[in-house]
Amino acid sequence: MNVKNKNGFIDRKMLKRAIKDSFIKLSFKTQKENPVMFLVYLSSILTTLLWIASLCGYSDASPVFIFGITVILWFTVLFANFAEAIAEGRGKAQADALRASKRDVEAHRIPSVNRKDQIENVYSTALKKGDIVYVEAGEQIPADGDVIEGAASVDESAITGESAPVIREAGGDRSAVTGGTTLISDWLVIQVTHASGESFLDKMIAMVEGAARKRTPNEIALQIFLIALTIIFLLVTVSLYTYSAFSASLAGIANPISVTSLVALLVCLAPTTIGALLSAIGIAGMSRLNQANVLAMSGRAIEAAGDVDILMLDKTGTITLGNRQACEFIPVDGADMEELADAAQLSSLSDETPEGRSIVVLAKEKFNIRGRNLHELNMEFVPFSAKTRMSGVNLNGLEIRKGAMDAIKEYVEAHGHVYSKECQQVVEEISHKGGTPLIVAKDFKILGVIYLKDIIKQGVQEKFADLRKMGIRTIMITGDNPLTAAAIAAEAGVDDFLAEATPEGKLQMIRDFQAKGHLVAMTGDGTNDAPALAQADVAVAMNTGTQAAKEAGNMVDLDSSPTKLIEVVRIGKQLLMTRGSLTTFSIANDLAKYFAIIPALFMGLYPGLRALNIMHLHSAESAIFSAVIYNALIIIALIPLALKGVKYREVSASKLLTRNLLVYGAGGIIAPFIAVKVIDIIITALGII
Amino acid sequence: MMTSAWIQIALYLIILILLAIPLGNYIGKVMTGEKVFLSKLIAPIEKVIYKLLKVDVSEEMNWKKYAISVFVFSGIFFVLLFGIQVLQGVLPLNPEGLKNVRWDLAFNTTSSFVTNTNWQAYSGESTLSYFTQMLGLTVQNFVSAAVGIAVLFALIRGFVRVQKKGLGNFYQDVTRIILYILIPLSLVSAVALTSQGVSQNFKAYEQVDLVEPIVLEDGTVIEKGVVPLGPAASQIAIKQLGTNGGGFYGTNSAHPLENPNNVTNLIEMLSILLIPAALCFTFGRNIHDRRQGRAIFAAMFIVLTLATSAIVVNEQMATPQLSQNQTVDLTPHQQAGGNMEGKESRFGIAASSTWTAFTTAASNGSVNAMHDSYTPLGGMIPMILMQLGEVIFGGVGCGLYGMIGFVILTVFIAGLMVGRTPEYLGKKIEPYEMKMAVVLCLATPIAILIGSGIAAIVPSVADSLNNGGAHGFSELLYTYTSAGGNNGSAFAGFNANTIFVNLSTGFSMLFARFAPILATLAIAGSLVKKKKIATGAGTLATHNAMFVGLLIFVIVLIGALSFFPALALGPIAEFFGM
Repeated sequence: MNVKNKNGFIDRKMLKRAIKDSFIKLSFKTQKENPVMFLVYLSSILTTLLWIASLCGYSDASPVFIFGITVILWFTVLFANFAEAIAEGRGKAQADALRASKRDVEAHRIPSVNRKDQIENVYSTALKKGDIVYVEAGEQIPADGDVIEGAASVDESAITGESAPVIREAGGDRSAVTGGTTLISDWLVIQVTHASGESFLDKMIAMVEGAARKRTPNEIALQIFLIALTIIFLLVTVSLYTYSAFSASLAGIANPISVTSLVALLVCLAPTTIGALLSAIGIAGMSRLNQANVLAMSGRAIEAAGDVDILMLDKTGTITLGNRQACEFIPVDGADMEELADAAQLSSLSDETPEGRSIVVLAKEKFNIRGRNLHELNMEFVPFSAKTRMSGVNLNGLEIRKGAMDAIKEYVEAHGHVYSKECQQVVEEISHKGGTPLIVAKDFKILGVIYLKDIIKQGVQEKFADLRKMGIRTIMITGDNPLTAAAIAAEAGVDDFLAEATPEGKLQMIRDFQAKGHLVAMTGDGTNDAPALAQADVAVAMNTGTQAAKEAGNMVDLDSSPTKLIEVVRIGKQLLMTRGSLTTFSIANDLAKYFAIIPALFMGLYPGLRALNIMHLHSAESAIFSAVIYNALIIIALIPLALKGVKYREVSASKLLTRNLLVYGAGGIIAPFIAVKVIDIIITALGII
Repeated sequence: MMTSAWIQIALYLIILILLAIPLGNYIGKVMTGEKVFLSKLIAPIEKVIYKLLKVDVSEEMNWKKYAISVFVFSGIFFVLLFGIQVLQGVLPLNPEGLKNVRWDLAFNTTSSFVTNTNWQAYSGESTLSYFTQMLGLTVQNFVSAAVGIAVLFALIRGFVRVQKKGLGNFYQDVTRIILYILIPLSLVSAVALTSQGVSQNFKAYEQVDLVEPIVLEDGTVIEKGVVPLGPAASQIAIKQLGTNGGGFYGTNSAHPLENPNNVTNLIEMLSILLIPAALCFTFGRNIHDRRQGRAIFAAMFIVLTLATSAIVVNEQMATPQLSQNQTVDLTPHQQAGGNMEGKESRFGIAASSTWTAFTTAASNGSVNAMHDSYTPLGGMIPMILMQLGEVIFGGVGCGLYGMIGFVILTVFIAGLMVGRTPEYLGKKIEPYEMKMAVVLCLATPIAILIGSGIAAIVPSVADSLNNGGAHGFSELLYTYTSAGGNNGSAFAGFNANTIFVNLSTGFSMLFARFAPILATLAIAGSLVKKKKIATGAGTLATHNAMFVGLLIFVIVLIGALSFFPALALGPIAEFFGM
């Protein structure tokens, strides 16, 4: 995103906006959306009416008491609104920036690829799916589409935040362009895939703004639970009124509890903490994903990410560094080690592939053989060709070649030399270890083998071990042969691998896992990845990928980083954990609230119940006030946690549960006892009560 | 020194476990159609019954069909039982010439027995004929118990089956439960009880000379007493086994002809929890993961043990009033000390308290002592056990499916806390299951809160009370708790036979029974269609101590949050007022 706000997550402007929104959200229509807070909203209205009635002389409690409770209840509602508004704030800021790049521009529509001369200038909003447009350097790409002719560099910073331009060209896996990005060089012919209004940018704006946010199944289930609790507490308080009336009449006194204090009890008991923060948690989860530069097409996808237990990771870029490196020279047939290194270096001096460069470096490191200039040595470079499958140098009729085993074998045998058993043994050994053998021949005679090794990224073993502890298995996807793949898989510590992977193979593997009850996540970019992406439960498409891949996935990674999947899983889990932990905290709080309010309400009726006032709160009124004030303030206090998410560690489910239960369950029981007591001391000291 | 009491309780619990494990296996086999040692004898009878009733047992019912069958089946028996009562005057087997039962009482008793509650607003010996007792009530004791167990098995199939629709055949389930489980167990129990002197005959009541004539305050001397007789043993056996609890006589198992000695007391007390405990093991066996059954059993067992101990301690310590000036010996040496008011001297504190815990934990409701006379906290524990939703073993079948409702809630919260969409036994818990689990778990609190809440403002209810003050409120609360928990035990002291109480408790019982049944079957119907999710290290384990602890915590928390205010005005206020 081009609006990143990673340092301070709330700035002054956002704060102002959120406060304003808290009041706008007081409308009946908005409040109805959140049943738990709607109850508080109605309670506030009720106590307001009771206060007005008390001013006119109709009341069962003092007007000051009713007024005090009313004010706190309204603040409770406002605090909940504020929590949601501040969570939406970041998204809104992002959306504003994105909207700025969504200008209406002039598009050059052409009838077909071959008729670039027949340009018809139309507004980008008038473009339909299937239209063909011509874009030149310096112009903005008018709509999402596929490049059908040309190649150009495109500045996609409006969407990805990355300022370095990227190449977009017809055919292959880099053909997708996004409306709102700018062409820097050359020209492109683009076929429109999405009309204005359905474009990637539009979807993105809707997602970051939360407009398209639908409640996820999990959120709905939680909502049901919270509503049920609220109904129970409503019954508890209403029946308490009748119990109290009944007991009072048995004792021959007037009903000791007022409607206002019952309403206060109801609001305290209802799960307002989680009710107030629930939508903020959801929005913040989405927002965290956006900050990781991943765009989810639905909230459902994020939740599914938390459930994933199989990660299919591409070997290259995720598990290994992109390139192989030479790590050893192994001479065979009695050849000299230094001679081999020298020949290997000579053959690679002009080889600009990373593998070639690593050979030069290894020779230099091990035998101090300096890189030389071919021209000075009067050498002729023979580049790699598909026909010979070898590369090397010619030096006055002396040929040095390096290449794959079968190519060199053919080459030396054609010139009357042998491919020895010893050499074959070395080649097999290297393959077993997961390496790639390159054979070097000088003067048609084999000198030895270069051991090219896949370099496993640092720290991946630990990462996979952590994932395993969480119950997530990693599967490596590679085009290598099974032998090599097995060796790399063992070294990297992945649980399984798919060698010689084809798109069909990937699809089949996902289906097999799903049939066994697993949830699978994968990343992909190519068009041939699309079926597998569509089948996977969580599919992250690279932004550099094709339109088809992006359509098939349910998330798009704007950074196009293959390791992003792990981050996505983390965010998904964190979202669910935050909900669960705050729910536990909210419910556990009720215990202390009972101990504050019940003795306060009934000490008059049954003096013995004073024993339940274990916090020794000052008076009945101060007890009720303290409980209600705590109930309101805890919402504000937990907003940062709701936005950041609870602390997440890669440990097993039971360890996570123990930890969260201790912090949010036990903490939720103890914290309010202390906080309510402190509030009681403060308001008593201030003489408010 | 309460060692003897602890030894006694430990013995009860050990015998219970020893009997429950093999019975659990047996029930599991019966319900999956495997061969058991009674198959040879019963299978032909089973076939005949299906033929007579024209039941096609090969038909697999989906959840709606299963639910409709439950309702039709219960409905038919509802009408039948109501009819028998209001017409008992003209029906046979009525040697005492008892009159037709009043409509509101008949409605109450019918609701009570059809819902496996067995709340008794009447006194059996003075209200119901032998015909009503046997063909009306005893039959209900079997079928209402069978319905509860059948629904549990529908739910079990919902967990076990993958991407199917059928939950089994209701009529086959009920038939098997009655033929293979309830009748054989009742037979054994009834014979044992009769051998110990429990009444089993069709004789008219007998007049006997009292050993010691009673002189009333006005000077009248009573020399003769009426001994009610009748076919008691056969009904008592099933009333205990089927967690029904409706006594043959008004004072239930405190009556010497219903529960004459310590042997019968042991048999009857163990019968209360036998099937509910066995079903936990059946559950583990039939879902192919015995650890899960043991975990649920452990959760129930821990709460039961704690509750039993709490009652025993409170009754033994009695009250400050009783201990004043050593009026009452509170030491348990030699003879029963402590609070013996309302308890039978032949049972004493330990056996009475244990029974109280068992009968209110299981939704049985039979009593061998009067709960009204317990100490405030000793009387609060049975109330809490019922208010928890009758899931600490609970009624046959319904206790376990109620517990699974709580397991679903626990799994949901715990699942979120570990960052996964909650699942139980490989089936995902989604909004639909949550909705139904909430109905399942909260039906009891809702029924109790609404029932008692309304009763508290009905002026006539105050006249039913035996006591004033906090204890008076406890009597009212207990009544609606017993009805809403489908328990049926009485606090005594509360005159329940009024039109308002009969109707309100009647509806409360029907709601608390059938809403959860519907919810359970809906959950089963939804689960059976789902695929099974693979388990791994990221899956929340539902068989370890951690989960058991959490489950207990959730159950107690929901109970406490729902009833703390009510209990504060009743037993807690009474306790602090002593």
